[in-house]
Amino acid sequence: MRITQGTFSYLPDLTDEDITKQVAYVLDRGWPCSIEFTDDPHPRNSYWEMWGLPMFDLKDPAGVLLEINECRKTYPGHYIRLNAYDARYGRQTTALSFIVQRPAEEPGFRLDRTEVADRRVQYRTHPYALDRPQGERYAR
Amino acid sequence: MTDRLGFGMRPEANGAAEDEPQAPPPLPPDASVDLARERAESQVDDVLDALDTELVGLAPVKTRIREIAALLLIDRVRARFGIDSGRPNLHMSFTGSPGTGKTTVAVRLAELLHRLGYIRRGHLVSVTRDDLVGQYVGHTAPKTKEVLKRAMGGVLFIDEAYYLYRAENERDYGQEAIEILLQVMENQRDDLVVVLAGYKDRMDSFFSSNPGMSSRIAHHIDFPDYEPVELEAIGRLMMEREGYRLSDDAEPVFRDYLERRRVQPRFANARSVRNAIERARLRHANRLLATGAPVDRTALTTLHADDFLSSRVFTP
Amino acid sequence: MSAGRWSAGVIPYAEMGYWRPDYEPKDSDILAAFRITPQQGVPPEEAGAAVAGESSTATWTVVWTDRLTSYENYQAKCYKVEPVPGKEGEFIAYIAYDLDLFEEGSIANLTSSIIGNVFGFKALKALRLEDMRIPTHYVKTFQGPAHGIVMEREYLGKFGRPILGATVKPKLGLSARNYGRVVYEALRGGLDFTKDDENINSQPFMRWRDRFLYCMEGVNKAQAASGEIKGHYLNVTAGTMEAMYERAEFAKDLGSVIVMIDLTIGYTAIQSMANWARANGVILHLHRAGHSTYTRQKSHGVSFRVIAKWMRLAGVDHIHAGTVVGKLEGDPNSVAGFYDTLRLDRVAADPVKGLYFDQEWASMPGVMPVASGGIHAGQMHQLLHYLDEDVVLQFGGGTIGHPMGIAAGAAANRVALEAMIKARNEGRDFLAEGSDILRAAAKHSRELDVALSTWGDITFTYESTDTPDVVETPVSI
Repeated sequence: MRITQGTFSYLPDLTDEDITKQVAYVLDRGWPCSIEFTDDPHPRNSYWEMWGLPMFDLKDPAGVLLEINECRKTYPGHYIRLNAYDARYGRQTTALSFIVQRPAEEPGFRLDRTEVADRRVQYRTHPYALDRPQGERYAR
Repeated sequence: MTDRLGFGMRPEANGAAEDEPQAPPPLPPDASVDLARERAESQVDDVLDALDTELVGLAPVKTRIREIAALLLIDRVRARFGIDSGRPNLHMSFTGSPGTGKTTVAVRLAELLHRLGYIRRGHLVSVTRDDLVGQYVGHTAPKTKEVLKRAMGGVLFIDEAYYLYRAENERDYGQEAIEILLQVMENQRDDLVVVLAGYKDRMDSFFSSNPGMSSRIAHHIDFPDYEPVELEAIGRLMMEREGYRLSDDAEPVFRDYLERRRVQPRFANARSVRNAIERARLRHANRLLATGAPVDRTALTTLHADDFLSSRVFTP
Repeated sequence: MSAGRWSAGVIPYAEMGYWRPDYEPKDSDILAAFRITPQQGVPPEEAGAAVAGESSTATWTVVWTDRLTSYENYQAKCYKVEPVPGKEGEFIAYIAYDLDLFEEGSIANLTSSIIGNVFGFKALKALRLEDMRIPTHYVKTFQGPAHGIVMEREYLGKFGRPILGATVKPKLGLSARNYGRVVYEALRGGLDFTKDDENINSQPFMRWRDRFLYCMEGVNKAQAASGEIKGHYLNVTAGTMEAMYERAEFAKDLGSVIVMIDLTIGYTAIQSMANWARANGVILHLHRAGHSTYTRQKSHGVSFRVIAKWMRLAGVDHIHAGTVVGKLEGDPNSVAGFYDTLRLDRVAADPVKGLYFDQEWASMPGVMPVASGGIHAGQMHQLLHYLDEDVVLQFGGGTIGHPMGIAAGAAANRVALEAMIKARNEGRDFLAEGSDILRAAAKHSRELDVALSTWGDITFTYESTDTPDVVETPVSI
C-alpha cells in the first residue's frame, strides 16, 4: 500500500536534490515552509504534529533540508511532509504539500462497512496503524 | 506503486534515465583556459572595484579579499580539469574598532562569494548575541537555528561575537549557541560562511577561551584604525555623495576637527566622520534660515568653518 | 442624432433620455456592454438607446404613467457606442443601469431586466451581451460560492496541483453496479473526482438512488485504498426542486463531499442549491449544459464570461469553463478571461481577453473552473500553461479509454500531472519541454507510456468562433 496524499505521490520518491529544488521554488515565492510528521495518516487527520514552528524569511533551501533531516532522524518510521504556505490576501492557505518520508511498511486502511436500512452502507476508514498505541505504530 | 493491478512500472531499461542532466566531461590534460576571460565572466572585478571606490584605505583587507577571489577563481578552473581540491574553509574573523568598514566589507564579500559560486544566494544576515541566545532553557537552540537557517546560502555576520561567551558564568546560554554554531560551521560549510566581528583584543581572548572556534576560522582579517588623511578622504567622499562641499576656510577646520575627535573617547572611525557631517548639515541649514537672505546653489551646498567650529570638539 | 432618418411608428429612444453621451457612470451602477447589429438605416446611438430603453423602463409608446415616477432614475443610459474593429455594422453599446432597478441577491431578476425582452427587439438584427460590471454594492447581496477554491482545497487536503477528474463513460446505459465500477477504478487509479454526465439524472436504465449507493461504495473503497479524499459528482438535477433536495440530502447522508447540478435547472434553482450546499457542507459542481445555444455565436446571445460572473454570484463551487486545447469551443484569450473572472478577486479590463470592465469581487471566494472535453495526458504541459493550478482537469475518454484499463488511465494522468508540476517548480520551461518531461516521466510509469503512444498526437485544431475582437487579436488553436 502506498498513501497517495500530497502533491507528489505518483512519482518515484523525491531525492533530497529534488526536494531542494521544490523548496527553492517555494522560497522564491516568499512562502514560509513547515514540517509535519504523523503516525496516523488518516485522510481526515488535518493536523499532523508540527516539527518546530514554520520557517519564515529563509533565503536558501539548506535550512529547510536541515530540519527535514533532523525530523527524519528523530522519527525514522513516521510520515513526514513539507508544507509551503501562501499568506497572500485572498489565498491564505497551503500552497504546496508533499511527503518527504514514509515508513518502510505502509499498512494502509481497512474499510469498515455497517449495513443500515434501505440498502445503505455506512463507511468508516480505519488506519491499521491505529490498532497499536501511539509510539509503537511503526518500527522505530 | 508496483502492487497495483495494471500499475506495473517498467524496469529501468537502458541504465540511467536519459533525462538526467550530466556534468560536462573534464577538460583534457593538454587543454588551456583563458584566465582573463574566466575572470571577466565571473564579474568579480565589479565587486572588487566597488570595494575600492566605496572604502578608503584598508589596503591589507582589500588584499586579502583579492587573494580569496583569486583562490576561488583558480579552484573553479581546476575543477574543470577534474582536479578536486576540496572546498576551502572561508569562515573568517574581522577585527577592528567600530566604523572601520567591517560590515561593508562583509556585504561585498557575500556578493563576491556568490559571483564565484561559493555560496548560492549571496545575502548577509547580520546578528548580535541577542538574536542567537535565548532567555530560558530550551530557547537558545531554536533561536540560533532560526538564524542559521535564514543565513544559509549566504554570509552570517555576528557582530561583537565575544558576547556569546561569558567566562564568569559557565551556565550561560551563550555556550549553547557557540556549540550549535561550531557544528554548522564544520558540517555545513557548503551552506554558509560565518564571519565573527569585534574589537581585536576581545576577539583574541574569545578565541583563546574557545579553541574550537579559533581552529575553524581560516582567515583573521584586521581592520586598522584610519589615519587622519584617510578620515579626511572618507569625509570628502561622504559629502560628495550628499551634494556638499567645504569652503576654503572650512578645509583646515575639518582637518583639525578630525585630529581632535580621533583622540577623544568613543571615536568610531568612519561612523564618527558621518556623525560630524550630519551635525554640520544641521548647523548649515539653521545658519541659512537665520540670515533670512536669498540663497543660491553655492550657499546651499557649501559647509563653512562655522558649521564645524561650534562643535563640542573645539571647546576645551 | 438625426431622428429624421427614423421611420414612423418607432419612438426615438435617444430623445427620450436613453442616449446620454455625457453620463458618467456611478460606482454603484451596473454596467453592460452589448454588441449590437442595428437594422439598415438605424443609427448606432439610437440602437444603443433602444437597448437601454427596452431593458429598463421603456415601452414602444409614451405612457402618461411615466410622469408619476422619477423616471430619470429608472432609465438605463447608453453612454457610449463604439464600432467593432473589422466588423462592418457591429457596435459595442455601453449601458449603465441604476442599482435601484434590481432586487438584491437575485440572478433571475438581474437577467429578466437585462436580457429579458430586448433580444427579440425588431430594430436590431442581432444583439449580444458581451460583459457586465457588477458593482460591489450588488456583489455583496449574493452569498457567492458555497465553499470556494481555498475551502475546497482545505476540505480535500489537495494543494499545489490541479485537481483531476473524469466523467463516467458511456454517458448512458450503464447499470448502477457497472457504473460504480468505473468510479472505483478511476479513483483508485489516481483521480480525485469522478463525475456524472449532465444527462445522467434518473432514467429507466439507472435510477438515481441506485447510482448513488454504488458510486459511494466506489468512492469509499478508493479512499481506503489510497488514503486520499475522493469524490464523485452525484448529479442531483431533477424535474422539481423537491426532487433535487431529496437527492442532495441522500448524497449528503451517504457522505459524498460533492453534488452536481446542470445549468438547465435555471438560475433560481442554482441559487437554492448553492444555499443548500453551503448549509450542508457539500461542494456544488455546475455543468454548463446548454450554454452554447446562446454563448457561442459572436453576434447574438450572451457571452460565457457573463454567465461565469452570474454563476460566481449565484454561488456554485465548480463550473466548466473551457479547455483551450480540447474538443470543445474555446479561444485561448477568451478562456483566459473566463478563468480570470472566476478565480481572481480583482479583474482588470482587458480587451484582449474580452473583458470590457474592471470587476471587483470584494473578497467573494473564487469558483474552481473545470476543463473538460477531449483532453488527454499528452497535453498536460499546455493545460498547465493555459489554465494554471486552480482548475479541475477532467479526462473522460482520456482515462476510461486507456488500453490497460481505467485505473491505468487514471494513473497515467496523475503521473503526467505530478511530473509537470515538479518540472514547473524546478524552473523548467515546461511548455517548450513538455513532451520531454512526459517521456521522462513515462520511464517510471508504463501507464503513461501507453497513454502517450495511444493519444500523444491527437489535437483539435479548429478555428474558434468566439474570439474577442474589441481590438484585433490573433486567432490561434
